Amino acid sequence: MPRDFTPKVVTANALLEGDVVYLDDNGNWTRDLARAAVITDEADAQVRLLDASSRPAEAVGAYLADVKPGPNGPEPVHFREEFRRTGPSNHCHGKQADL
Amino acid sequence: MYSYSDFDAAFVAERNRQFRAQVERRIDGSLTEDEFKPLRLMNGLYLQLHAYMLRVAVPYGTLSAAQMRQLAYIAERWDKGYGHFTTRQNIQFNWPQLRDVPDMLDALAEVQMHAIQTSGNTIRNVTADHFSGAAADEVADPRPVAELIRQWSTDHPEFQFLPRKFKIAVTGSQADRAVIRAHDIGLRVLERNGEQGYEVIVGGGLGRTPMIGKTLTEFLPKADLLPYLEAIVSVWNLLGRRDNKFKARIKITVHENGIDEIRRLVDDRFAETRTAFSGVDQEMLRAIEAQFAAPAFKQSGTEAYDTAYDADPVFRSWADTNLTAHRADGYAIVQISLKAHGATPGDASAEQMRVMADLAEQYAHGELRVSHEQNIVLPHVHKSDLPQIHAVLQQHGLATANIGLISDIIACPGMDYCALATARSIPIAQQIATRFDDLKREHEIGDLKIKISGCINACGHHHVGHIGILGLDRAGVENYQITLGGDHTENAALGQRTGPGFPAEEIVGAVETIVDTYLDIRTSAEETFIETFRRTGMAPFKAALYPEKEEKRDAA
Ligand code: SF4
Repeated sequence: MPRDFTPKVVTANALLEGDVVYLDDNGNWTRDLARAAVITDEADAQVRLLDASSRPAEAVGAYLADVKPGPNGPEPVHFREEFRRTGPSNHCHGKQADL
Repeated sequence: MYSYSDFDAAFVAERNRQFRAQVERRIDGSLTEDEFKPLRLMNGLYLQLHAYMLRVAVPYGTLSAAQMRQLAYIAERWDKGYGHFTTRQNIQFNWPQLRDVPDMLDALAEVQMHAIQTSGNTIRNVTADHFSGAAADEVADPRPVAELIRQWSTDHPEFQFLPRKFKIAVTGSQADRAVIRAHDIGLRVLERNGEQGYEVIVGGGLGRTPMIGKTLTEFLPKADLLPYLEAIVSVWNLLGRRDNKFKARIKITVHENGIDEIRRLVDDRFAETRTAFSGVDQEMLRAIEAQFAAPAFKQSGTEAYDTAYDADPVFRSWADTNLTAHRADGYAIVQISLKAHGATPGDASAEQMRVMADLAEQYAHGELRVSHEQNIVLPHVHKSDLPQIHAVLQQHGLATANIGLISDIIACPGMDYCALATARSIPIAQQIATRFDDLKREHEIGDLKIKISGCINACGHHHVGHIGILGLDRAGVENYQITLGGDHTENAALGQRTGPGFPAEEIVGAVETIVDTYLDIRTSAEETFIETFRRTGMAPFKAALYPEKEEKRDAA
């Protein structure tokens, strides 16, 4: 049995705006974690990460981030990803400002 | 103040032109990120958690009113209406977009500012005592020599690919307000037998392996400075550990080789570098010094100040806390606190920047300073103008009377912005400041420096805080380690760890426990926190912070 694979999303920062983006099911970048494609297979994850990294004109520093299922789509596992999908805690700037 | 020469202006304009082209080539796909990243970092552009960040150099922390106004304009035009002043006396803009950065750099160049060498393995912006040229206890203004070092080190061909970044700090006073013992090189201007020279300190630094700098020479004649610095940097350039990023700073080189061996190598190298300097540097220094001539201080009475001081308790409290003795009669140094209780340490809105620029222009000979403690300084203010200044500051949330007190906290951006962070710093600072403001005890507590970093890199200087707080990631949860007894002054010392860290919900309570313990055991209200700690050591604080452990030990 392969060991359990923690579900992942591909995330990066947009080249022009610098803000956080995620890959969705169609291979497009979305700014909303809830719309990100959840990857449940290791090999698939590596392929999608390679694909994302080969699009340097769109996004920078792509990596895989752990997620867990939530009522409205994937949710972050680590607090760093929670801040990335929200924005800073001292000013209502970043993604939280658009909600 | 220093004004760009034609050479400086042409140099910055050329760099901006190059960077504009590089940004275009990045956007059109002809440069990859791997190619572009070193180029953007050379121009102070980082990619952080939520956005790009532009770090702008404020050489030796000195700003003119016009420069401050331009920073306000940039904050409004291309950012979110504010800027963040850092412990490196720089300003950071947290939300620029890539396409706008070349325009921001051009706007900076209009007021003789730039973002060059605010990143990378180069000699970084030279920092200085924020009271330079104003402090009553000063031997000489250290900024001319800081400017000389800036000119010597900017784009120096030998020093563009150093083993690691290199930071120099200067002070002209015995009292150290520039933390010179926590820099790669610290310089203190001093006088011996009527001759000016420098004490040269080397190998200090915070971060993963904190070290207090050691004295390399107690008195270096003024004319020898640049060849001597060049000797130090080139000895390190050869010896420095390029194999391991964590061992590359000069503090490790000094530690591994010993200060005596470093001194011997530097002296050998100095014998060579010395002959290469023809004395042109000293001519340049004289020309620079002329540009830092003190303003024409006015002679007049201070009745307006005395009257307000007697009549208005709010003004009096602010004056007692935020003013420092000036070298000229009737003058004071004003610190404007960027630490309103509950605000982000070091943040100023565009409006606040404009207000401070206007005040500087009207009352302070057009000059401002950024302190490494993340406050703004009006260095030259006649006391008779203080009541008006205070009144204006009050209208803009800038009159907080807390300089040097427990709410005057240094906090790095932490995980609210910084891509390297392991935990947040800002909310911890906000909560501590708010808590002690509610208790209305901070004046009773007195001089107490809390310094917070969001990771081991220690941009928040936590090792030299009386109370240092380091945010870490412990198994996916923010956790805060406390150190006590650090000192950032001429008595520089590294804090000692209290014991296990505290989760975010408990850290404010832990600080309160430390403060209550201090209030209980201090011999009198005159004994400051750091004095008490030096007298008692860690034991009473440890006992108060970890009572369960004590009980266990008693039971055993
Ligand atoms: S100490 Fe760490 S978290 Fe704070 S600004 Fe420096 S690198 Fe970022």
